[in-house]
Amino acid sequence: MTVESTAARGKPRRSTNRSTTTTRRKPRQPRDGMVQLLTPEGERVEHPDYALDIDADTLRGLYRDMALTRRFDAEATALQRQGELGLWPSLLGQEAAQIGSGRALRPQDYVFPTYREHGVAWCRGVDPTKLLGMFRGVNHGGWDPNTNNFHLYTIVIGSQVLHATGYAMGVAKDGADAAVLAYFGDGASSQGDVAEAFTFAAVYNAPVVFFCQNNQWAISEPTERQTRVPLYQRAAGYGFPGVRVDGNDVLAVLAVTRAAAEQARSGQGPTLVEAFTYRMGAHTTSDDPTRYRSDDELVSWEAKDPLLRLRRHLERLDAADEAYFAALDEESDTLARRVREAIRTMPDPDPMSAFEHVYADGHSLVDEERAQYAAYVASFADREEN
Amino acid sequence: MAAGTSPASPVRLPLAKAVNAALRTALDADPKVLVMGEDVGKLGGVFRVTDGLQKDFGEDRVIDTPLAESGIIGTAIGLALRGYRPVAEIQFDGFVFPAYDQIVTQLAKMHARALGTIKLPVVIRIPFGGGIGAVEHHSESPEALFAHVAGLKIVTPSNASDAYWMLRQAIECDDPVIFFEPKARYWDKADVDPSGIPGPLHAARVVREGTDLTLLAYGPTVRTALQAADAAAEEGTSLEVVDMRSVSPIDFDTIQRSVEKTGRLVVAHEAPVFFGAGAEIAARITERCFYHLEAPVLRVGGFHSPYPPARIEEDYLPGLDRVLDGVDRALAY
Repeated sequence: MTVESTAARGKPRRSTNRSTTTTRRKPRQPRDGMVQLLTPEGERVEHPDYALDIDADTLRGLYRDMALTRRFDAEATALQRQGELGLWPSLLGQEAAQIGSGRALRPQDYVFPTYREHGVAWCRGVDPTKLLGMFRGVNHGGWDPNTNNFHLYTIVIGSQVLHATGYAMGVAKDGADAAVLAYFGDGASSQGDVAEAFTFAAVYNAPVVFFCQNNQWAISEPTERQTRVPLYQRAAGYGFPGVRVDGNDVLAVLAVTRAAAEQARSGQGPTLVEAFTYRMGAHTTSDDPTRYRSDDELVSWEAKDPLLRLRRHLERLDAADEAYFAALDEESDTLARRVREAIRTMPDPDPMSAFEHVYADGHSLVDEERAQYAAYVASFADREEN
Repeated sequence: MAAGTSPASPVRLPLAKAVNAALRTALDADPKVLVMGEDVGKLGGVFRVTDGLQKDFGEDRVIDTPLAESGIIGTAIGLALRGYRPVAEIQFDGFVFPAYDQIVTQLAKMHARALGTIKLPVVIRIPFGGGIGAVEHHSESPEALFAHVAGLKIVTPSNASDAYWMLRQAIECDDPVIFFEPKARYWDKADVDPSGIPGPLHAARVVREGTDLTLLAYGPTVRTALQAADAAAEEGTSLEVVDMRSVSPIDFDTIQRSVEKTGRLVVAHEAPVFFGAGAEIAARITERCFYHLEAPVLRVGGFHSPYPPARIEEDYLPGLDRVLDGVDRALAY
């Protein structure tokens, strides 16, 4: 744990400022307590609390995950531009945060994503083509959450964090050896549901990891519009540890999430992980980030690109050669072709399917409206025959 | 009824105790059933509806929650996804709105969103309605705000026997059910026969037969409707009283049969009349019974005002006199 994170478990610091004046103190400057195991230059560094023993195969695997996820994401953005998708929320820039945390999990763990967790979905084994249905408008979530322990994307900001907490309360009741991952962003940190989730998780000691991808922007609003303190420090107020990790460092994210998940599984309760990262693209394909942020900022984050630094590291280690990267490019293009083919052949749903699954045990009004609409549709067929 | 046991033979219970008995039976029968809410544990709930349950089933199954309604429903959803059957209590009708987003946006839609692959067997118990002299936010009837939302089922018992059976059925249902408990009737007693066979959860029931007019009510207004039928009978008018029991779905077939017989319908509910359940009933019954109706469907209920201070709530509520006035107006056509 970092200095900051252990403070959450230690004695509360007593303020020496007994002044009753209402002078506003300057917000505390965030200390650079960010866990990093891989510098932007690709140099491996050690952290006293997060030892990570990792072999070349695993490193290549993490790079492959990130590269394929990025290629898939780029393809989806292109498909939106070509009119095949109504909308796409790109994860560009957040590959390390998602692959690092996703690969920290075990099959029995359970994930509650936002709508941008394409990399985590990849790690959980959800077929990427299934993520596209809701953005094409053929469904609201096209996978069975229980197949991969990966819940449906949640669109309303922060709601799923409570679901994750309740699920984790159930895991604890079952005495199961599993952790629950609740994904959310810096914008969601302002939602009451997230605050309530922190409260519930803390008082019930629920085995949940709150994984906040602070990508610096909630559409057009910077993180400063959401908080005066670094987000990970909020955990202290709830009585559980918080840690900030370099979200563009897949190794650090892996190590920190692994530790937090293990804490959860072993009955140590929740942890807040703030993955400090950057949304390189627009909020969604409907957004125009040039209206609210500078090119300089983008350039500075490009230097911290999560794929670039792991590639540099692999090259330093001589763990991957040109042939490896060329083969990966080909695999990426194959994936993109498969995605493209899948979207173009994805059938529209039967209009009558709107009446399906409204209720598990049925509802007489749905039955009535289904019958009425079916008769209405059939009336056109009758007229054509006549 | 002895503490720690479920009833096995007919017993006379107040409605609140019948709810308690149903919860006890459900907790006993299925280890996945949980009771959760504010003050439901040690205190036994502010109305003592959950009295003794935590003592007998433990803190792990009868859960005192933090004071956060959205958190209660949001975590209940998560527990349901894990395979539990949470019965969440919202302490008072007017306190449900912090949870409205979780109920409407998540709970109601998640089964459909998942194309039927997951189920949300969550029951939300809400004491509702006025007439108990309470402060603001403790007397409201928000059922129409939920009935508008596909994915939810909404029921409300008017008596202890229904409270027992309908709650058991709600807990067994794989859909989210909002269970509105008429708090002003918590102390009304009726025979509860736990060995009986209940009718369908969403069926309306003719509770008094009559020939001149159908008086439709649910929850707290059923007792008022029966009193109105007694009073009308003294004046030679025969009212048929139908207890609707379910607000979503509504058993229109039973209402239709009654209206085809009587030719007149008055709907009484405590909720505001404007956009209330009565509006939907009036529209559908007009469509179904157009040629049988001798008068327009009339409604008696709350006004388009915030629920008033307790000293004047009897004016706001559809009491005996206002219901009879509605009956007179319908008969005058």
